Amino acid sequence: MSSSPTAMTEIRSPERSTPSSPPPALPRLLAGIRPHGAMALEEHLALHGPLPLGRGGRRRQLRERAAMLIDEIERAGLLGRGGAAFPTATKMRAVADARGRAIVVANAAEGEPASLKDRTLLETLPHLVLDGAVIAAEAVGADEVIVCVCETAGQSIEAVEHAIAERSRSSELAAGSPKVRLATVPSHYVAGQESALVNYINGGAAKPTFTPPMPFEQGVRRRPTLVDNVETLAHVALIARHGAPWFRELGIPTQPGSTLITLCGPVTHPGVYEIEHGASLASLIEASGGTTARVRAALFGGYAGAWVGGDRLHGVALSKEHLAPHGATLGAGVVLLLSEEACPVAETARVARWMEGQSARQCGPCIHGLDALASTVEEIVGGIAHPKAMQRLEQLASLTARRGACAHPDGAVNLLLSAVEVFSSEFADHARHGPCESCSRRPELPLPERPVEDAGSRKAGRA
Amino acid sequence: MSATLAAAGPSVYWYLTRSTGAVAMLLLSIALALGVVDVQRWSTPRWPRFVLDSLHRNVSLLALAFLVAHILTSVLDSFAPIGLIEAVIPFVGSYRPFWLGLGAVAFDLILAVIATSLLRQRMGYATWRAVHWLTYASWPIALLHGFGTGSDVKSGWLLVLSVLCAALVAAALLARVIVGWPEHLRVRGAALGGAGAFSLFLALWLPQGPLGSEWARRSGTPTSLLPHAHASTAGGSKR
Amino acid sequence: MSHRVRINPITCEAHGMCAELLPERITLDEWGYPLLDETPLHGSEVEHAIRAARACPTFALLVQRDRSSRGERVRSPAR
Repeated sequence: MSSSPTAMTEIRSPERSTPSSPPPALPRLLAGIRPHGAMALEEHLALHGPLPLGRGGRRRQLRERAAMLIDEIERAGLLGRGGAAFPTATKMRAVADARGRAIVVANAAEGEPASLKDRTLLETLPHLVLDGAVIAAEAVGADEVIVCVCETAGQSIEAVEHAIAERSRSSELAAGSPKVRLATVPSHYVAGQESALVNYINGGAAKPTFTPPMPFEQGVRRRPTLVDNVETLAHVALIARHGAPWFRELGIPTQPGSTLITLCGPVTHPGVYEIEHGASLASLIEASGGTTARVRAALFGGYAGAWVGGDRLHGVALSKEHLAPHGATLGAGVVLLLSEEACPVAETARVARWMEGQSARQCGPCIHGLDALASTVEEIVGGIAHPKAMQRLEQLASLTARRGACAHPDGAVNLLLSAVEVFSSEFADHARHGPCESCSRRPELPLPERPVEDAGSRKAGRA
Repeated sequence: MSATLAAAGPSVYWYLTRSTGAVAMLLLSIALALGVVDVQRWSTPRWPRFVLDSLHRNVSLLALAFLVAHILTSVLDSFAPIGLIEAVIPFVGSYRPFWLGLGAVAFDLILAVIATSLLRQRMGYATWRAVHWLTYASWPIALLHGFGTGSDVKSGWLLVLSVLCAALVAAALLARVIVGWPEHLRVRGAALGGAGAFSLFLALWLPQGPLGSEWARRSGTPTSLLPHAHASTAGGSKR
Repeated sequence: MSHRVRINPITCEAHGMCAELLPERITLDEWGYPLLDETPLHGSEVEHAIRAARACPTFALLVQRDRSSRGERVRSPAR
C-alpha cells in the first residue's frame, strides 16, 4: 500500500482534475502547488470544486447537516495533525454538543522549530485551509473563525489576509459564511498549545492554563472552541468534498489518508512532503533526493518525540502503528535526520537546554526538573558528571513528567529518555572521557532564539 | 467643668482604649513577623508550616478584634470628643485630628487586607497579593498614630513596648529583604531605604515631638481639654 | 462517588502545608512540590483532604468528586 511520496518541489505541472473527479492518489493536499506564491481563489475552486456547504435552512436541517459532516469525518478516521493525533470527529462532536455558540480556531502557531508544513500550507494553499475552517464551523455551529499565525511568519500572514479578502469579495462564498479573521501569536514553543492559544486570544499570556475547563467546553470568550491544526482543516476540506471512502483509499486502516511531513537533515532536498500513512522512510528519503551524509539516527515527532537508531531505520514506515514498536510517533510530522558526524550527546544537551528555556515557567516541577535534566546532560557531555548521573536522569524524568499543566515537560522527558536509550554507548563514553571531537561541531538540530514573554514569574519554591 | 473631670481622673474606657491599642499594636507586629515567616516558608518539626500559617491568620484576626475594641472604647470614653465615623474616615475629628486620623488610615488598610484575605478565593492572586502588601504601610502609620495620640507616651512601659514592636518588625523586614538578595533589587532596595528613612525620622522627631514638651497642645488637643496648669508634663501626668 | 486530590500546578507555590496535613496522599519532591497519590480517598481521609485544601495559601490543592465520565485524569488531549 505504500505509493511513493510526492515532493512539494517536484510538482511542476499539476494534474488538473475536473471538479467532479477526486484528485489522484498523491498529491492531495499539495495538488496544484506552485514553487512560490499562493493559489488564487479561482484556481483553487477550479481544482477542487465548489465549497460543499449547505446554504441556509432551518435549525433542524442545519444540525442534521452538521451531524452528517461529523459522521463523515469520523468514518474517514481523520486524526489531528497538530501532534496529539486526537480523533477530529470526537473533538468536533464535543464542541457541537457543548453549551453556547461555538468558535473555530485554526492553529498555525507551529512552535516546533523544525516543522514547516503549517506555514507552507498557509503560504501556498490558504484557501484549502480556509475551506476546512469554514466547513468545520458549519459542523460545530460556529459563527466565527480565527486563524492563528505565528507573528514572525510574514509570508503566511500576508497570504491569509489576501485570501480572506478574496473570499469576502466573492458573493458566493461570503453569503452565510462565518466571520473569518487573522490573529498573530508569539513564536515560542508552547504558544501553540491549545489552552495557551485560547488564553492568548482572550487577552492573556500565550501560556497554557489549568484545565478543566477544556477549550472545547469553554475557550475563546468562554465559548466552546474547536482548536484544530491547519493541516487537519485542509483534510476536512477534501473529505467534505470527496467523502470518507476516498480518504481511506490511501494510508493504512489504523491511520488512513495522507499527511504532511517536514523532512530535515542531510538530504538533497529537505522540506515538506506529502506522504500516505504507512509509506516507508526509505521512499521519503528517496523522494527528497537521497541522503548527503551517513545517517546516525532519525528523530520522529520533533523535540517532544523519540529517536530511532540508524541500525533500526531500515524498513521503518511512517505511521503510528509502525513507529510504536520503536517507541516513537509522527507527532506533528517532523522527521529530523542526524548525520554520523554529529555528536548525539552534545545535540541532546542543547535540545534539553532549549526545551528548558521554552518552559512557560508556571509549574515548579517543569522549571526545576527540566533545568536539572539539562544540567545533568551537560555534565555528562563535559565528562564532569556524578558517577550515578544516568540513574539521576531516570529519577529526574519521573519527577518531571506529567506534573505540569501541559505536556511540555512530558515531551522533553520523552526525548531525553529515548536519546539515553538509543545513544547509550555515546552517553557512557562522554560520562567517562568527556567531550568528543564532534562536540564542538556546528549544531545540526535547529534551535532558534524564541524568548517566552515573561509575565513576571512568581515561582519561589524552596531555594 | 474640665477641672472637675481632671479631678475625677481618667475613666475605665480611657484605660481600655490605651491597653487595647497597645495590644493591637503588639499583635499587628507579631502578625507581620509571622507573615514573613510564612512567605519564607520557615518551619521546624515542632512548628510545621500549617501551624505557623494558621498562627499568622489567627493573630491577624485577634489584632483586628483588639483594634475594634480599641475603637469602641475610645468612642465611649467621654473625655475626648471622638465619634465612630472618625474610625474609618481620617482627619475629620476635633481631637488631635491628624494623629487620630492616622489611626483611621491604618484601620482602613487593615480592613482591606483582612477582607481580601477572607474573600481570597473570589479574586485573582495578583490582586490579593497587591492588597496584602498594604500591611507594610499600615504598621508605621499605626505606630505614628500611637505616638501622636497617646497622652502617656512618655511612660516607661509604652516606650518599651514600642521598642519591642519596632525591633520585631525591623528583624522581620531585614529577613524578608535579605533572603534571596539580590533578586528584585529595586523593590528590596526601596524597602530598606524606606525603613531607614522612617527610623531616621523617628529618631529626629520623637524627642521634640511626643517626647518633648507641650505635645498635647501641639498635637491638636482641643484647648478646653488642656490642663489649666502649665502644660509641661513630667512622666506620669495623665492629661 | 469517590473523592480524589488534585493539584493545580500553575497556582502551586510549594508552601508544603498539604503534605503536612495529608501525608497519606501527599509527599514533597526535592524542590518542595507535591507528589500526589491520586487513588480515591476513603472515609475520614476526605475530611483531612478538605482541611488540607483550605490550608493551601494559593488554593492549589483541589478535592474533586469523581464523575463517571471524568474518572480518569483529565488532560488536554492536544498540544
